[in-house]
Amino acid sequence: MRYLPLTAVERQDMLAKIGAASMDDLFLGIPADKRLPGLMELPAGRGEWDVERLLNGLSAQNKAAGDVPFFVGAGAYRHHIPASVDHLIQRSEFLTSYTPYQPEIAQGTLHYLFEFQTQVALLTGMEVANASMYDGSTATGEAVLMAHRLTRRARAVLSGTLHPHYRTVVETLSRMAGDDVEAMVPAIAGSSEDILAAIDADTSCVVVQSPSFYGEIIDLRPIAAKAHSVGALLIAVVSEAVSFGLVESPGALGADIVVAEGQSIGNSLNFGGPYVGLFATRQKFVRQMPGRLCGETVDADGRRSFVLTLSTREQHIRRDKATSNICTNSGLCCLAFTIHMALLGETGLKRLAHLNHAHAVRLADMLRDVKGVEVLNHSFFNEFTLRVPGDAATLVEALAQAGVLAGVPVSRLEPERPHLKDLLLVASSEMNSDDDRHRLVAAMKKVLA
Amino acid sequence: MVSLRFTKDHEYVRLDGDIATIGITDYAQKQLGDVVFVELPDVGAKLERGKQAAIVESVKAASEVYAPLTGVVVAVNEALPDTPAIVNSSPLAGGWFLKMTLAHAGEMDVLMSEADYNAYVETLG
Amino acid sequence: MNSEGRPTAPSQTTGISPARTFTANRALQQEEGLLFEIGRHDVTGVDLEEPAAFVPRLGGLERAGAIGLPGLSEPEAMRHYVRLSQKNYGIDSGLFPLGSCTMKHNPRLNEKMARLPGFADIHPLQPQSTVPGALALMEMLSHWLIEMTGMNAVALSPKAGAHGELCGMMAIKAALAARGEHERQVVLVPDSAHGTNPATAALIGFSVRSVPAGADGMVRADAVKAALDGDVAAIMLTNPNTCGLFEAEIVAIAAAVHEAGAYFYCDGANFNAIVGKARPGDLGVDAMHINLHKTFSTPHGGGGPGAGPVVLSAALAPFAPAPYLLRDGRGLRLVEDTARDGDHAPFGRLTAFHGQMGMYVRALSYMLSHGANGMKQASEDAVLNANYIRAGLSDLLTQPFGDQPCMHEVLFDDAWLKGTGLTTLDIAKALIDEGYHPMTIYFPLVAHGAMLIEPTESESKLSLDLFIATMRDLALAVRAGEKERFLSAPRLSPRRRLDETRAARQPVLRWKPRAPLPRDTD
Repeated sequence: MRYLPLTAVERQDMLAKIGAASMDDLFLGIPADKRLPGLMELPAGRGEWDVERLLNGLSAQNKAAGDVPFFVGAGAYRHHIPASVDHLIQRSEFLTSYTPYQPEIAQGTLHYLFEFQTQVALLTGMEVANASMYDGSTATGEAVLMAHRLTRRARAVLSGTLHPHYRTVVETLSRMAGDDVEAMVPAIAGSSEDILAAIDADTSCVVVQSPSFYGEIIDLRPIAAKAHSVGALLIAVVSEAVSFGLVESPGALGADIVVAEGQSIGNSLNFGGPYVGLFATRQKFVRQMPGRLCGETVDADGRRSFVLTLSTREQHIRRDKATSNICTNSGLCCLAFTIHMALLGETGLKRLAHLNHAHAVRLADMLRDVKGVEVLNHSFFNEFTLRVPGDAATLVEALAQAGVLAGVPVSRLEPERPHLKDLLLVASSEMNSDDDRHRLVAAMKKVLA
Repeated sequence: MVSLRFTKDHEYVRLDGDIATIGITDYAQKQLGDVVFVELPDVGAKLERGKQAAIVESVKAASEVYAPLTGVVVAVNEALPDTPAIVNSSPLAGGWFLKMTLAHAGEMDVLMSEADYNAYVETLG
Repeated sequence: MNSEGRPTAPSQTTGISPARTFTANRALQQEEGLLFEIGRHDVTGVDLEEPAAFVPRLGGLERAGAIGLPGLSEPEAMRHYVRLSQKNYGIDSGLFPLGSCTMKHNPRLNEKMARLPGFADIHPLQPQSTVPGALALMEMLSHWLIEMTGMNAVALSPKAGAHGELCGMMAIKAALAARGEHERQVVLVPDSAHGTNPATAALIGFSVRSVPAGADGMVRADAVKAALDGDVAAIMLTNPNTCGLFEAEIVAIAAAVHEAGAYFYCDGANFNAIVGKARPGDLGVDAMHINLHKTFSTPHGGGGPGAGPVVLSAALAPFAPAPYLLRDGRGLRLVEDTARDGDHAPFGRLTAFHGQMGMYVRALSYMLSHGANGMKQASEDAVLNANYIRAGLSDLLTQPFGDQPCMHEVLFDDAWLKGTGLTTLDIAKALIDEGYHPMTIYFPLVAHGAMLIEPTESESKLSLDLFIATMRDLALAVRAGEKERFLSAPRLSPRRRLDETRAARQPVLRWKPRAPLPRDTD
């Protein structure tokens, strides 16, 4: 086996040194009637080429985004990733290191975490950010728990235009923890919801996504004002991090906690994971934050250094009184995020966001030519909602057969709301060419004819 | 009349008149290491003997501080949030945590004397 | 007072000056500024076209003002991150004996496979009809996990070990609710458990009842029985446990737990010791997470991403969260809806989308490469290597539960340091100077000054011999009273001991413009 260095002779020598007659002697701690002879139902090992052939075969069965005109979003977005990002994250010392518990030999990781935290704080318009969560949806769940701790209340109000998966994650966690959740009925793009009326003196937090699941950009200011007036917190959710380059930051609009999905910067689609959750808040709330925090200090020689800090919030010290159970987070995805963001810089991010918006506006305008199709949004960033004739899922399936991945039918995420089945989310990024857009429009016309 | 008493959990009580000052002992601060944060109750909070009264944190440890007595918090040490290091440098004086009333005078009697506490700490090695 | 800390700031006496250079660089070790000091706001390393003029539709919520993000050109970025990488220790750098973390070799084939466009460049919400290969891969991975563990079903979506614990405990809560037994609010957790266990239980409203370990480091069935009553929902037990021992009474413990109407959650962090040697399903386990980033070699990446699929017993399988794989007359599909459907009563959803596909590919690539025979051999070698280290050090170091065979990791305590004025931390830091990543220290809590060493199967005999010789040299130096070698360690790493007290007392968690440098404030 190519990954195992020991030879048969060495194993014998080592057993002799230990004083064991055979390998089996080392496993006598397992009750005799529970010892396995081996894994009888599984095949034997294979060479590299053999594994490649098998996995290449599975990969080839899938329609990759890069092979077709591609407009799928709804919380995961396809953007170009500079070649240097993937090269750098595969540096051995990044890829094969552990959580930086020994800071003297983990300054590389700690240094980029400190930079990452700063970038996230700047993007979200907040004072502090942590060193990442699993993804945007779990970060949202953690934000709600944090708001409960801070307000000592246990009722969250969720906007109806929060990503339905995020909503379900929060509902699952809350139900299990015994907390209340009020999820508003979705007010689809073009209409507004009366979330202010749902906020009362028992509310710990209001969770609002902007751009919303339906693509609408929400003015958070009146919601923040109402929440603050009753002592509740505003949690802002962003599922498309590129929007930070063009849309006003949630912090500037009054958010108390900002969580976001960071996938679209530096990370591939990966069929849903691994991604990276961003989590930012106000300085005064820092002791109730979940997750790791990296801070600046000095070493014994007085040199600037970085170290994980405020760890008494965490499970390995506080155990059942920790702010979260999270341990492993999203280190390497957060490295990909921070490298891509460093390459973009202010100039590049703003231009990228501008370009995305321009492409989406162009596509929305082109889709007006498709009979029976209506763009519902008043506002949007790089994704919007279409009302289509008939069932959007059927349309998407037909378009896929025609070689276009057109978007996400809302019914896929809201199966229990049949009145939403004619809604289709369409995203357009810098990756779409004019030819892609023409092919989508042409295919839609053909399928709907 | 001032009397000083101790708990097995390394809190001390300094009773001066009818007000008790609570803190952690020198042994406790040494065990914790550099104290970096102290979370104190609100003035007016009711404390119950043996239940959590405060939290003291060093870099690698967080510890509950249990109320040695039952009573009401009348003052907390405002200096601790900004300068938690006093808990290390002066646990029995400047590093006090809170002052409280004493609901049951008898509770003082079950606490250890200084000599008993010192002997107890000796056994901890 | 119920907890103990340790020195976290370097003492004044340990200072030595590094060799002085003008740049503060030391040849290949280059000092590197922060991105915010070297980047500029008008520099970008990404060429993008300027869009043609158009009317924005942002609803008046356009971002006002500068964000404050610096940019780097590509050559600057390469240098910045390469220099940072050189300040890190990885498995590829050397022995990484971090107990409980299974820092084994990360095969590069796995990386190559995960980057195939049919896996990396597919969207979780494109029609399922366009991703049959992805679903087939998930089914294949599920099959391997179920076969290896002898369980009934697997929930793939948890994002890491702790998330897997949450999944398992939620399934238990849902199963109890289905039985109408809402009064079961207590979870038994041994003192030796990972911190994530009690944290997970508390997160969803359980209270934690501690179970003491016996004098030999094992949990006794009698102790569990004594703690069991009608309030108990589950026990969370790590097996092999965090002392590196296979829980001898695990079958009796499982029986007692089931007898009392509770469930058995097994923390699978140490599964690497027993793959192909024993199956949790045969031991009475109801739920166990599997850290793909430990046992199945997906890289730790400096702290993630992980993946924590949870295998479930027949009793818990119906409650697995959405999405779950279903093969029926319509073929293979992912059920994404949380509604009850036939035998399936999902407890909800743990994360958006379908979990860590990128990690599934890597783990399956590892499993296919090893095969049944290779994985069994890997576990045997992992256990052999740990025992070899034990045999090489047992005369000089002390073990809290006596010198007995261990599984894949060996636990020492600090009794051998008593009276020397040195601590476990000092030994760990001295190992850094010798070119090693330290072992896990001060965990598990049941051993005083614990040193938990897990070499994994990836080490050659030569590598183990050198590590043993190094540890012996350190132990002899302790005996010889060479305190300075330890107290001043590490001297040769990119940084020396850090002032963690300062970091916690005056937290600086982000760069700020014109912040004074540390030297100016000292």
